[in-house]
Amino acid sequence: MSSPTVPPAIATEPQRGEVAVRDVPGEAGNVGEPKKGGWGVRIVVTLIVVVWLVPTVGVLITSFRPEEQVLSTGWWTVFAHPFRLAEWTLENYRTALDAAGFGNAFMNSLAVTIPATVIPITIAAFAAYAFSWMDFKGRYVMFVIVVGLLVVPLQMALIPILKLYSGGAVLFGRQIFPDLDLNGTFLGVWLAHAGFGLPLATYLLRNYIGSLPSSIIESAKIDGADHFTIFWRLIIPLSVPALAAFAIFQFLWVWNDLLVAYVFLGGTSQNQVLTVALRNLLGGRGEDWQVLTAAAFISMSLPLVVFFSLQKYFVRGLTAGAVKG
Amino acid sequence: MTDTTPEAVAQPASAGRVGVFVLRLLSAVLVPIVAFALLWVTFDYLRDENANRFIVVGVALVVGVGGVFFLYWGANRVIEFLPERVREGVRPYVFVGPCLVILAVFLVYPVINTILISFKDARSESFVGLANYRFVFTDHDMLTAIRNTAAWIVIVPFFGVTIGLAFATLADRLRRGEAIAKSAIFLPMAISFAGASITWRLIYDFRPQGFGSNIGLLNGIWIGLGQDPVAWLTLQPWNNLFLMVILVWIQTGFAMVVLSAAIKAIPDEIIEAARIDGASEMQVFRRIIVPSILPTIVVVTTYMVINALKVFDIVFIMGNAESDGTVVIAERMIDWFFSSRNFGRGAAIAVVLFVVIVPVMIWNVRRFREEELTR
Repeated sequence: MSSPTVPPAIATEPQRGEVAVRDVPGEAGNVGEPKKGGWGVRIVVTLIVVVWLVPTVGVLITSFRPEEQVLSTGWWTVFAHPFRLAEWTLENYRTALDAAGFGNAFMNSLAVTIPATVIPITIAAFAAYAFSWMDFKGRYVMFVIVVGLLVVPLQMALIPILKLYSGGAVLFGRQIFPDLDLNGTFLGVWLAHAGFGLPLATYLLRNYIGSLPSSIIESAKIDGADHFTIFWRLIIPLSVPALAAFAIFQFLWVWNDLLVAYVFLGGTSQNQVLTVALRNLLGGRGEDWQVLTAAAFISMSLPLVVFFSLQKYFVRGLTAGAVKG
Repeated sequence: MTDTTPEAVAQPASAGRVGVFVLRLLSAVLVPIVAFALLWVTFDYLRDENANRFIVVGVALVVGVGGVFFLYWGANRVIEFLPERVREGVRPYVFVGPCLVILAVFLVYPVINTILISFKDARSESFVGLANYRFVFTDHDMLTAIRNTAAWIVIVPFFGVTIGLAFATLADRLRRGEAIAKSAIFLPMAISFAGASITWRLIYDFRPQGFGSNIGLLNGIWIGLGQDPVAWLTLQPWNNLFLMVILVWIQTGFAMVVLSAAIKAIPDEIIEAARIDGASEMQVFRRIIVPSILPTIVVVTTYMVINALKVFDIVFIMGNAESDGTVVIAERMIDWFFSSRNFGRGAAIAVVLFVVIVPVMIWNVRRFREEELTR
């Protein structure tokens, strides 16, 4: 799987991940497979696959049907006459994108997700390099603290950070952290996501960067490269698999997150991200299934593209993310 | 001469040590502060609610992607001006400091603060002792939430792991199409809980007689079986199960992928040998496959338990949790903290969640590390 210069398996993933990645995107079969199943196996597998796909297919079909059809007959009735053109429309997507504000929400989601993915990765990569290849006092203790913070659930941080954003921090009657008025701002959400993502990012990247062969770093040092050059020219290119895996995990995590966006960005129509917009739409127009399904599909579109185009990294990222608190 | 040398060296060194320490601290804090200032300036523009969204995204991209990196680059250049002896002592803190500062602000401080707040009243003005914790374990909705969460952490992992394991085993035996079949099960992992909730609300949709036709799939099937339509999402206590189905739907793919990989890692000779000795497929599965992948099953289960403990979005979106009786702990926390603005109670619920999650997580991380070591 991995090219010789890259360490054995991505550190984000114990050996099971190597195999997981190998067997998900199209590999016909392995040597020494168990006995191939007959019809029984095929039928059961097909049945489970159908059950798993039905919900998504229902949303997809409903989102392309005109309102009167959606509200009078179930989406599965289209299979009786799938080529009746009058029963298909793109109108719902137009409504969702413009009137319901999902075009705007999509852009907001991008504006939240991209920096909230890149900022923690950058910070974590530098820290991971220092933890692996630099010598300084307290290195071990600091790393243990970072790993220890993996266990903190997000919920523990919400109230204090919200207070920090809207009033600063006061200790013994003295202002120790300024009131930055960050509630309802992108910056506030970026920083919060960066903070919550850092322990996992640092931990995974340190495992990976630390497992790179020390000989290449030594020889770069002999050639006169300083730490910054080694990091930027050598470590980053070699760490692409780990960086990609974490990037995808964090991207999906932020994109699909409702809690942090709801708490720190709030539900104003200008700033809302897709998940918050979906929730508001459900509260306001909970019976407009044609718009709801179109909106839901808009919110799923990007993760599904990532899923189908980067499946290898996608699986690695999600399985590595299993240790996020 | 030899007696004085150590002292002579020690004197300036200890003065220098303080200087170096200050420099280290400065360089660690400098990057976050400059980063913040930079973000703040560009972001003053982002704060403008009517700004063109495309430009907002563009600015976000440039600042987020390039800005932070250039700060490290800049800080690294700045320390080049330091005398050589000090420089290499300070440099690690430029690299590692920003990470620690952000973690201190966004995780360490909040944990301490949340614990403190949990002993204070609704507006964190005066200490109320254990009143908030008394509330957590006596309030009617909280007790329901604890009961429901207990059900979530048993039922969701059980079905997720069982279906995932069964599917992994069966898909392994397909002649072709294994990859496609697995993708189909894994696909919901890409969807947000909010999106998944809408997806499933469409399935559970219900209209009473005379209020339009039932377009929900479940009622469609139910009516097809000759029954009256049912309001699934308000049908207590079963509605809890219908919500759990959503999480199972999302996370079975994860269990399936990880377990499937573990199954494939079992040495073929063992299974072959068992077959030659005349073991049936079922015996091979129960006596060899399951025991060999038991550690992986435990890891997957803990992952799903933690997710079930923290479930919030699904319950929050699917209906009125209080009147439907579908409250869970994480949802109660947000409700008290955000809707009722009672910080004390919200914090107490968070602490309870923390206390339950921490041992599971410690164990989980430790296992993860062990696996890495043996690799």
